[in-house]
Order: sequence, then C-alpha cells, then structure tokens
Amino acid sequence: MSDTPVDTSKRTWLIASTCAGAVGGAAVAVPFVSTFQPSERAKAAGAAVEVDISALKPGEKMTVEWRGKPVWIVKRTPEQLESLNKTESQLADPETDRKAYPNPAYAKNQHRSIKPEIFVAVGICTHLGCSPSDKFQTGAQPSLPDDWLGGFLCPCHGSTFDIAGRVFKNKPAPDNLEIPPHMYLTDTKLLIGEDKKA
Amino acid sequence: MAEFKEISPNASAGEKLLNWVDNRFPASKMYKEHLSEYYAPKNFNFFYFFGSLAMLVLVIQIVTGIFLVMHYKPDAALAFASVEYIMRDVPWGWLIRYMHSTGASAFFIVVYMHMFRGLIYGSYRQPRELVWVFGCAIFLALMAEAFMGYLLPWGQMSYWGAQVIVNLFAAVPFIGPDLALLIRGDYVVGDATLNRFFSFHVIAVPLVLLGLVVAHIIALHEVGSNNPDGVEIKGPNAPKDANGHPLDGVPFHPYYTVHDILGVSGFLLVFSAVIFFAPEFGGYFLEYNNFIPADPLKTPLHIAPVWYFTPFYSMLRAITSEMMYVLIACVLAGAYFGAVKTNLPKIVKAGVVGAAVFVSLLMLSIDAKFWGVVVMGGAVVILFFLPWLDNCAVKSIRYRPDWHKYLYAVFVVNFLILGYLGVQPPSAIGERVSQVGSLFYFGFFLLMPIWSRIGETKPVPDRVTFTPH
Repeated sequence: MSDTPVDTSKRTWLIASTCAGAVGGAAVAVPFVSTFQPSERAKAAGAAVEVDISALKPGEKMTVEWRGKPVWIVKRTPEQLESLNKTESQLADPETDRKAYPNPAYAKNQHRSIKPEIFVAVGICTHLGCSPSDKFQTGAQPSLPDDWLGGFLCPCHGSTFDIAGRVFKNKPAPDNLEIPPHMYLTDTKLLIGEDKKA
Repeated sequence: MAEFKEISPNASAGEKLLNWVDNRFPASKMYKEHLSEYYAPKNFNFFYFFGSLAMLVLVIQIVTGIFLVMHYKPDAALAFASVEYIMRDVPWGWLIRYMHSTGASAFFIVVYMHMFRGLIYGSYRQPRELVWVFGCAIFLALMAEAFMGYLLPWGQMSYWGAQVIVNLFAAVPFIGPDLALLIRGDYVVGDATLNRFFSFHVIAVPLVLLGLVVAHIIALHEVGSNNPDGVEIKGPNAPKDANGHPLDGVPFHPYYTVHDILGVSGFLLVFSAVIFFAPEFGGYFLEYNNFIPADPLKTPLHIAPVWYFTPFYSMLRAITSEMMYVLIACVLAGAYFGAVKTNLPKIVKAGVVGAAVFVSLLMLSIDAKFWGVVVMGGAVVILFFLPWLDNCAVKSIRYRPDWHKYLYAVFVVNFLILGYLGVQPPSAIGERVSQVGSLFYFGFFLLMPIWSRIGETKPVPDRVTFTPH
C-alpha cells in the first residue's frame, strides 16, 4: 500500500461509475432471466377440452389432458359416495376450506362435484406434482390402511385421497386435489377449462 | 515478471523450446509446483485413490457427453427415440451411452468415498476449510448436473422425477409457484423444460464444475494434503531434509501418479464389468421405468430417484405434519439449552429464545411440505459448515476416542439405511425409521460442537505412521 493520500474526488467518481456499471449489469440480466418465463406459445396453449362421458360406467375413470395435466373424470358408485361420510373424520380438510388450490364454488361440497356421481379433478398430487394412482378396491393392500374405502394413492410420497380427492390427515400433501373449472354442455358432454362464470 | 533466462547455445532443441516457452508461460514452474515438487504425505491409504478417480470419472463424463450430444435431440417429441437410436443404430453408441450412465453412478460412489475419507481423517480442519467448502460446492453442482441429465432420456422416471423436484421449489412460501414456473418455462414439465435442462447439463453446470475443481485443487496444493494420521508434514516443526522438503512427503510425480494408476486400474476393472455385464445394475443405475417414454398423464406406480439421491429423498419424505411437532420440540430444546446452560450475554440469549419462538411459529404456520424441502436442502448445506462444527482436539479418527469410531459407523449405516428407504415405496414403518434417521443425521452435525469435545483423545505422533514396503 502506498502512503499517497486518497484523492476523494477521484474516489467519488470511481464509486459513482461502479454503481452505474452495476445497475447496467443488473439491467442486462432482466432479458436473460425473462427468457425463463413461459413463452407466448406456452401461454396460448390452454384451451378448454370437450369430453363425451356417455360411455363412462359407474366405478370407472377416464383421463383427459388439459393444459398438459391429467384431468380425471370418475363416475362414482353409490357405495363410493357413501364412503365419503366415513372418511370425513380422517381428513385434513374435509370442507375444502384451504385456498391454495382452485376449488370452484360448485365443488365446495362433500362430493366435490356438480353432479354427485361425476367427479372431475386435476390428477396431480398437491404435494409435489405426481399423478396419484387409482385405488378403488377396498380393504387392506400395500401402502394403504386396512380399512381402506377406495380413493387415490400418490406413489411418490404416499399421500392418500378419498374418492372425492380429499387428502387424509398426516400425509405429505397439504391440500385436496384441484378441481378444474368445468361445466356440462349437455347431460353427457363436459367442457373442462371453462365454467359458466367465465 | 520472471527474469528472462538465456540458455546455452549448445543445448538441445527440446531444451531450447522449453526455455522459450518458460520465458513466456510458467510451464516448468507449474509442473514442479503441482507434480514433481508437490510433496504429498507418504502414508496415503486406499481411501486416497478416490480424489484422482473423481477426476478420471469427470473426464469420462465430459468425453462421452460430447459424443452423446452429437446424436441426441433435446426435443420432447424426439428425445426418447434419439436415445434409443444411440443405443441401437449408432455404431458403438450403446457403449458410449452406458459409459455415461454408469459414469454418473460411479461419480457418486467415488465422491461419497472421497467425502467419507475427508470426514474420518479430519481433512476439512484448519487450514483446509476452503478445500472442503469447494468440495461441498462440487457435490452440490454434481447433484444439479445429475438431476438435469436424468431428464434428458425423457422416460417416465425422467419426467416424474423432474416434476417432483421442480415442485419442491413451488413449496417455498409466496414466490414458490412463480419460481417453479420460471424453472419449467411452462405450466407442466415439457419441451421448454427439457431444452433448458439440456443447456444447463451440457454447458452451464459443467463450466461451474470445472471452475470449482480447479479451485478445489489450487486450495489443496496451497495448504498441502492431509493424511490418515492428521499430522502436518509441512508445518514449521515438521522434519525436513536439506532442501526444505518434508521428510514425511514424497513428490506427487512419480510416486503418486504411479500409485494412482493402480487405483485407476482397479476402478476400470469394476467400471467395465458394470458397463458390459450389468449396465442397468438391477434398476439402480438405469431405472426400469425409464425405458417407457414420458407420459404426462400417468405416474409410474413406484417412483424413486436414482440411488445417489435417495438418502436425501428419505429425509424429504420423513417430514410429515406429525414430524413437525418433533422438530419444533427440538428447536425449543435447543433454545432452552442456549438460554439456561450457557454463559452467553443476556441479549444474545434473548435473541436465541426469540428466534426459536419465531421459527416455531413459522413451523406451525407453513406446510410440512416446505419444511421437507428445507430439511433436504439443509442436509447438504450442513456439510459446508463441518469445519466449524468439529471441536475435537485431534483431526484423525485414529487418535480420537474409540466411541467416536462407533458413532461414525452408526452415521454411515444410518446414511445407507436412509438411502435404502428412499428407493422403497412409502410405508408406515419406513416413515418412522427415516424420521429417526433424519434426526440422527442432523443431530450428528448440530451436536458435533459438543460431542466432539467429549472423551479422551490418544497422543498424536510427531511423524506419520509409515513402514517402508
């Protein structure tokens, strides 16, 4: 280090130009980071999907793709609907009061659907985004409790959902399954991605 | 600038050339500093093969990677088929691909052994803290590299593995969902995600990795290697010969270059055996579900990360809302200990208690999902702090109290059990075991400042333990 005294005016300009340079450098990062965002094409893809459910029999599930995600349509049997009363006490959020995932007003009921038997949900676990598998068969089986009444099991981290997509207590998933906006065009034609309000 | 050296006109052409270069670039100087006059302790054992082996695997990965990129297509519609094309139609493509996929697992085996070596011989202790910190950064970069590389074959495990890990970021409060969107570049893992992961895997992370490896080695050569005895061979009191070279050291070249060739030969034997006879390694190196093309509508029935991530994945799974109460109890117990049993100033104690109460409230109000992510990340990050957690009077396990050896053994077994549970489907008993295992893992590190002081250490010799052979 030299003993030369600090030239304060030079130092002021050095600090000022360094700051200006840093601001400029940070500004350059904006376009680069922006390229990480979904492209216009990705944003445009997301149209509503029309589904014919006339062939769906009670106890069956069909899957359609909407915005790249699986959407399940399950036609529930009376026994399955009955099971919703029994699971109630073991659920984390039986009334779907939490707001983290969309749950349209017409699905804020015990069966979480417009028509009690037809269940429409996004088949993506609210934990880390795996697609849960169907466990419609009742009774004891691997990874499930012995008094299993039918529902869904996420293979990744073992979250379980009842047949209305409501998550059981003390599981990694915090929320019930997402219900996409949907409406009936006719009795057997569903439109997924839009509802009457939209 | 170094002095310009003249050379005798009678010198050979080779010597003249070297002199010409040395006057312009420190070729001989670097050769001496890092190879022919880099003195390494002469008592290196088996565990000291793994540093050079990690370097070898890095080279294998870079070379095979360059050739794979010549045939691979980073496009969601073409990626899976292009990997199968490499496997079936490109001449010898299968070998290059299996070298790369086996190399990934080999990298982690070698690096875990290398880290274990550092752990038991105290190679992270003063003055080697930065060697260890750079090493941990390499481990982190390696995890990112492996994770992004695993998406590229675009199989079911690639797809759903990426979906799960990217969604980890979505668990961060407030900014999480936008952050996950920024990483994926789409609302689900898709073509945009594949393309950017390709870019990161092929260019960005390898550049960072290479820079870190250089920093790791420069730092190591500055302070000199540790050894199984934890004795400083270059310290002010260490015995030296007439030229000032440590008596307990030998030049890296030719002694350790030749020594490492033995390690390389042994490694290549095993490596080749896996490539030629068991490239999938029973579904551990290449998971069976990854031979099914990615299907965004269906998660495979059993999904698990590749084996090298599973200990950390187990810790992620262990954090349930039930477990949160145990963690809160741990935080509060820690605060109680800090407030009652220590001699800290009052103001610091108040801060500790306040922070603990604040963290407990956060733990109650934010989902267990987020804390699972914190625990998984923390399990890696805590390694960075190891140099400042260990308070034992001696470096090497050889001179620590005997019960330290058992504790380290339990730590290793615990890590293996966590790894095993991570590949298994979720189960009630597995969850309990992984919860206990996670607590032990963190307890091992967080309580290290206390337990590492306890017990009587054995006398450390002045010279390294070495019998000429």
